[in-house]
Amino acid sequence: MSTGKIENAESKAMILLLGLRRGGKSSICKVLFHNMQPLDTLYLESTSNPTMEHFSTLIDLAVMELPGQLNYFEPSYDSERLFKSVGGLVYVIDSQDEYMNAITNLAMIIEYAYKVNPNINIEVLIHKVDGLSEDFKVDAQRDIMQRTGEELLELGLDGVQVSFYLTSIFDHSIYEAFSRIVQKLIPELSYLENMLDNLIQHSKIEKAFLFDINSKIYVSTDSSPVDIQMYEVCAEFVDVTIDLFDLYKDSQQNEQKDKNSKAVHNRPRELKNVSQLGNDVIIYLKQMIRGLALVAVIRPNGADPESCLTVADYNVDILKKGLEEIWANARIHPKESS
Amino acid sequence: MSTNNRKKLLLMGRSGSGKSSMRSIIFSNYSAFDTRRLGATIDVEHSHRRFLGNMTLNLWDCGGQDVFMENYFTKQKDHIFQMVQVLIHVFDVESQEVMKDIEIFTRALKQLKNYSPDAKIFVLLHKMDLVQLDKREELFQLMMKKLQETSSEYGFPELVGFPTSIWDESLYKAWSQIVCSLIPNMAIYQANLKELQSVMDACEIILFERSTFLVISSSNATNGESLDPKRFEKISNIMKNFKQSCTKLKSGFKTLVINDNIYVSELSSNMVCFIVLNNSDDCQQMVLENIKKAKQFFQ
Repeated sequence: MSTGKIENAESKAMILLLGLRRGGKSSICKVLFHNMQPLDTLYLESTSNPTMEHFSTLIDLAVMELPGQLNYFEPSYDSERLFKSVGGLVYVIDSQDEYMNAITNLAMIIEYAYKVNPNINIEVLIHKVDGLSEDFKVDAQRDIMQRTGEELLELGLDGVQVSFYLTSIFDHSIYEAFSRIVQKLIPELSYLENMLDNLIQHSKIEKAFLFDINSKIYVSTDSSPVDIQMYEVCAEFVDVTIDLFDLYKDSQQNEQKDKNSKAVHNRPRELKNVSQLGNDVIIYLKQMIRGLALVAVIRPNGADPESCLTVADYNVDILKKGLEEIWANARIHPKESS
Repeated sequence: MSTNNRKKLLLMGRSGSGKSSMRSIIFSNYSAFDTRRLGATIDVEHSHRRFLGNMTLNLWDCGGQDVFMENYFTKQKDHIFQMVQVLIHVFDVESQEVMKDIEIFTRALKQLKNYSPDAKIFVLLHKMDLVQLDKREELFQLMMKKLQETSSEYGFPELVGFPTSIWDESLYKAWSQIVCSLIPNMAIYQANLKELQSVMDACEIILFERSTFLVISSSNATNGESLDPKRFEKISNIMKNFKQSCTKLKSGFKTLVINDNIYVSELSSNMVCFIVLNNSDDCQQMVLENIKKAKQFFQ
C-alpha cells in the first residue's frame, strides 16, 4: 500500500477497520457503502490487501480495511504513521466465534494505537449478533466488555475510552453504530445538533435526521434519544424516495429536454418527498447540501397538516442556508463540489 | 356467483413446480431468493386474502406430491373441487414427465367439470428462465396448443396461459391478470382511468389493489415503451416495503408526493393510485383536489 495516500487525506477523518480474519469487515464495507444485499456478502473472498473506501458527506471520510491476517507489528510495516493519521479505530469481534483471541489482539492494538496517537477513538463492534438470542446478546456484550477491561488493566491502560456496539448486517444496527462512529469525527457536530434542535422545536417535528443518501448513515440528529425503529423508518423512506424517483427520472428528463431545448437549462430540482400516514403523521424528506438529506417525522397533534408543512418548509430552508454557511466556513480550502 | 364474494382459487401442479414460491412472492413479500427456504407443502395450505374490499381470495395451495395428488382425485374430490372459481395449474417447463403432468391436469379438469363447470382455467408455464431465450416462444406455443386441445375436450374451451418465472416480472404480470379477471367492472375502471389521465395531464396513472399491490389497471397500456417495463412490479415492491415500514410508526399509508411530480394516494378503501405528471409545476393543492374528486368514480 502507498503511504502517500494517507498523507493526502490530511484531515483526521479516516477510520481504520480491523479485526481477526473472517470477522465480517469486508461485508460491513460492502453493505454500508455499496448497498450490497447482506446475503450476497456470504460469497465475498478473503481480503488480502488494505483497501480504502472513500465516502464523502459533510466531511470527507475514508474507511481503510486491513486484512485480518496482517501482523501490524512487523517492523517493515509503517503502522506508526498509519495509526497517527487516523481519527478512529473500529475493531470487529465476531460474537458467534471464540472471541478470547480477538480480545487479546484488540488489547495489543489499543496499546499500540494509544501510544502513537492518544486522541484516537476506539470503537468495538460486537458483530454478527443477529444469530444470538436477546439474553445471549447482553451476556456476550457484558463478557466482552469485562474481559477487554481486564486485558487493558493488565497493560496499564485503564483510562482508555472504548465504546461497544452490538451490530449485525442483517438489520439497521450496523448503520446506527457507524453513524455514531462517524459523528465523533465531525468537528461541527455540536452546531449541527443545536441547529436540528432548533428546527424541531419550531416545527412540530418529533425527530429529525441528516442522512447521507448513499450509505444511509446519519451524520447528525437532534438531541432527543434515537429510537431504532424511527431510524429504520426514516432510512427506508430514503430508499423509497430514491427508488421511485429513479423509475421515472429518464422520462422526465426527456420531457424537460423537449420543452426547454431553447430555454436555459433549469437547475435540477432538489429531491423532496412528503408522505402522510393514516394517523396524520408526516414523513418529510428534503435534499440538503453534499449528498445529505433531511428526514423528519412530523406529528401535527391536531393542527392542520398543511400549515405544519408550510412552517416546516420555511424552517428547513433556513436550516439549509445554515448548513451551507457552516460548510463554507469549515473548510479553509473548499473543493467546490456542489 | 354474484352474491358469493369468496373466490376459491385452486393452485395445482406437480411437486416442485413452484406453486408455493409463487404464492409467497405475490402475497407474502418474499424475494425470489427467499423462496429457496420453502419446504414441500403438506396437503393443502389455505390462505385468505381480502382483495378490493368486498372480495376474499381463498387460495388453496395444493401440495403436489403424488400421494396427496391421488388423494385429491379420490377421497377429497368433492371437498377440493366444489365451488372453485379459478384453477391455476402450474407446469414446470423442465419436467421430465410431461405426459404425466398433462394427465394430472386432465384429471383435475374432469373433476372440475363435475363439481364447478363455471371455473376459469389458467395455466402457467413456470421456470421459463431455465429455457434458452430463443426457444421460449416456440416451447410456449407448442405446450399451449397441446393444453388447449386437452382442456376443450373437457368443456373448458377458453384456456389462458402465461409463461412465468420468479426471476422476472412475468410472474407478477400473470397474477395481476388472473386476479383482474375476477373483478367484475374492469372496463369501467379502465375508462375512468383514461378520463382521469387526460384531466390531469398525467404521463401515467397506475391503479393498484391496496393490500397486495397488484396492478389492476394502467393508463398506459399501449404507449408506455419509453418507460421501464418492470416498473409495475418495482413500484409494487417499493410500496409494499414502505407500507411495512409505516407499521413501525403504528400507522397506515395515506399519501406520498415526490417533487410535486409523483403522487401516490389512496383512491378508495381498497385501491391506490400512482400518478406521474408530465408537468411538475402544477400546484399541489390542485392536483390533490383532482384526486379527491376522482375518488367517487372508483368506489
